[in-house]
Amino acid sequence: MARKLLVIALIAGVLVGGMFGATDAQKGPIKVGFLAPMTGGGAQIGKDMTNGFQMWLDENGGKIAGRQVEVIIEDTQGQPQVALTKFRKLVENDKIHVATGILFAHIGYALAPKADEYKIPLIYPVAAADDLTQRKPSKWVFRTGWSSSQPSHPFGEYAAKTLKYKRIATIGIDYAFGWEVIGGFQKTFEENGGQIVQKLWAPLNTSDFAPYLSQLRRDVDAVFSMMVTISSLRFPKQYQDAGIKIPLIGAGTSFDEFVLPSLGDEALGGTSALIYSAALDNPVNKKFVVEYRKKFGKVPSYYSETCYTTARWINEAAKGIGGDVEDREKFLAALRKVELPDTPRGPVKLDTYGNPIQNVYIRKVEKKDGELWNTVIHTYPAVSQFWKYKPDEFLKQPVYDRNFPPCKHC
Amino acid sequence: MEFWVGQVFNGISYGALLFLLAGGLSLIFGMMRIVNMTHGSYYLLGGYVALTVISRVSNFWLGILGAALVIALIGIGEWNAFLKRLGGQELGQVLTTMGFALIFQDLALVIWGGDPYTIRVPAYLSGTWQVGNLFFPIYRVFIIGVAIVIAVALWLVLERTRIGAMMRATVDDAEMARGVGVNVYLISMAVFSMGAVLAALAGVVAGGFLGVAPGGDFEILPYAFVVVIVGGMGSLKGALVGSLMVGLLDNFGKALFPELSYFTLFAPMAAILAVRPTGLFGRA
Repeated sequence: MARKLLVIALIAGVLVGGMFGATDAQKGPIKVGFLAPMTGGGAQIGKDMTNGFQMWLDENGGKIAGRQVEVIIEDTQGQPQVALTKFRKLVENDKIHVATGILFAHIGYALAPKADEYKIPLIYPVAAADDLTQRKPSKWVFRTGWSSSQPSHPFGEYAAKTLKYKRIATIGIDYAFGWEVIGGFQKTFEENGGQIVQKLWAPLNTSDFAPYLSQLRRDVDAVFSMMVTISSLRFPKQYQDAGIKIPLIGAGTSFDEFVLPSLGDEALGGTSALIYSAALDNPVNKKFVVEYRKKFGKVPSYYSETCYTTARWINEAAKGIGGDVEDREKFLAALRKVELPDTPRGPVKLDTYGNPIQNVYIRKVEKKDGELWNTVIHTYPAVSQFWKYKPDEFLKQPVYDRNFPPCKHC
Repeated sequence: MEFWVGQVFNGISYGALLFLLAGGLSLIFGMMRIVNMTHGSYYLLGGYVALTVISRVSNFWLGILGAALVIALIGIGEWNAFLKRLGGQELGQVLTTMGFALIFQDLALVIWGGDPYTIRVPAYLSGTWQVGNLFFPIYRVFIIGVAIVIAVALWLVLERTRIGAMMRATVDDAEMARGVGVNVYLISMAVFSMGAVLAALAGVVAGGFLGVAPGGDFEILPYAFVVVIVGGMGSLKGALVGSLMVGLLDNFGKALFPELSYFTLFAPMAAILAVRPTGLFGRA
């Protein structure tokens, strides 16, 4: 009985607390809900994300548009159902004004309709699934990162025209992100006269790539790899060990700064396309990299950069409306209008579908002072997620997947 | 022909790694009837400890030694403080060892962070041997070598020494063994720590080509359980044959029917269990 009473008292306490919270929210701090994996396999990326976001706040006195900021970090554990519960908690209990974070695309898809339901601006700095800002856009959701196939489109053209590759085999991780990255590359590579002659898919948790490597065709000019996190670490080494001497190119995530410090000489020469490189030679990025290293002891990954920029993005929008983030419609409109000419990755602004128009960098892994860096060898300025295509025509084709575009030359 | 030789080699080398991991699991499973969900953690922590040692002293072999010592201590501690009280209570064991697995997972995240690392192996172990058009990564040959040495050593200890005889007696009938004066307590502790050390060794060796990263523990654990269940609990021969089978099936499945890679691995397993519920070499 005593225990039951205690439970009731606790529930009452929570309810009362929640009610007081509601009245306080009118003029308290700006509350930002940050959803990221803090435990499990994605934990370090989650940390890179929150580090980037927090760093911008620290540099700016912990304030957005002159108001104090309270960042409430919630652990998604990398699971959609957990993320949904935490998102509701952030909205209903914490009374957040804006939500951001989100690493995985499937969580991005799960939360987007909820953002429309709650009418809370939801900003994706990382989740890259194309259709979040293409065929299934949500009013309250936009991206400050990139769509999966956005860097692939210029890279396909670059591989055909500049690198003069004729035949390429691809090997990718077998899920939506991999399909979209490789699909975008295949489309523009083949439109510029190249041929994809083989597409191999390995499951997400593949540890040993040997069975795939032994099937890889050797009569190609290059191999395109689409790896993420731990597989980015495993693949180049196993590729080299298998005695393959064919040039290795790939997705931005195959060589991103998240794994680069752990890679060895086997990664040298790896060419890829992404919206960011820590080696970018502009004053904003140079300062960002130096400060980030001082603070966290490592080179920032694109996860950190996009979240750093997201904090600034929110500030820019809130400033524009005099800090009145309680007027959510106005806040959302301001968020979608933000243009930042000088982020570490260069100029960024949104298209009407909610995806940034931004530079895409072709990068090559090189060694400088004993460290590996993604040296930028070419810049495609102001690339849209639709590349050179008309949006409505582009959207008529299905979203890239395992079998689209079909492999005509396999 | 080249394709088949290459694939067989790949399959055997992956099987060799699985043997290191599953051999220990099988000993613990079979001898002590403990369903040890912490086994994957020993594998992961072994890799991390070796990483730390190697970064300090830059010696791969000291890394293995350090990992073996630390993990042996952790194993002994876990067994002494918790598991030995739970004899015969499978549910309690699963919950306890699973709990430890989660604790170790978070602990590893706190201590080593979540960035993926790779264990740098000595120069003479990296590189590739080329025979005709075939490439044999030296490190994979090394893994096969380690597995052979461990298999022979385990066989000698179990079949040819007095301690081995006591261990086998404990497996067959712990009560009777105790009755004839075998110190079942010490033997059990020795077996448990030996199993943990093997897992740590697997973790270090795997760190050289699979890397060390969060999630590695639960990524490989199912494979180890498949090996033990198919091979038969507590049977060294079973672990060996099971590992080779899983390694080869996994490899050929992925090479020949990439779309069906899990089916080609698990369908034969199901078939074996249907015919022999105790596994290939297990006794009821």
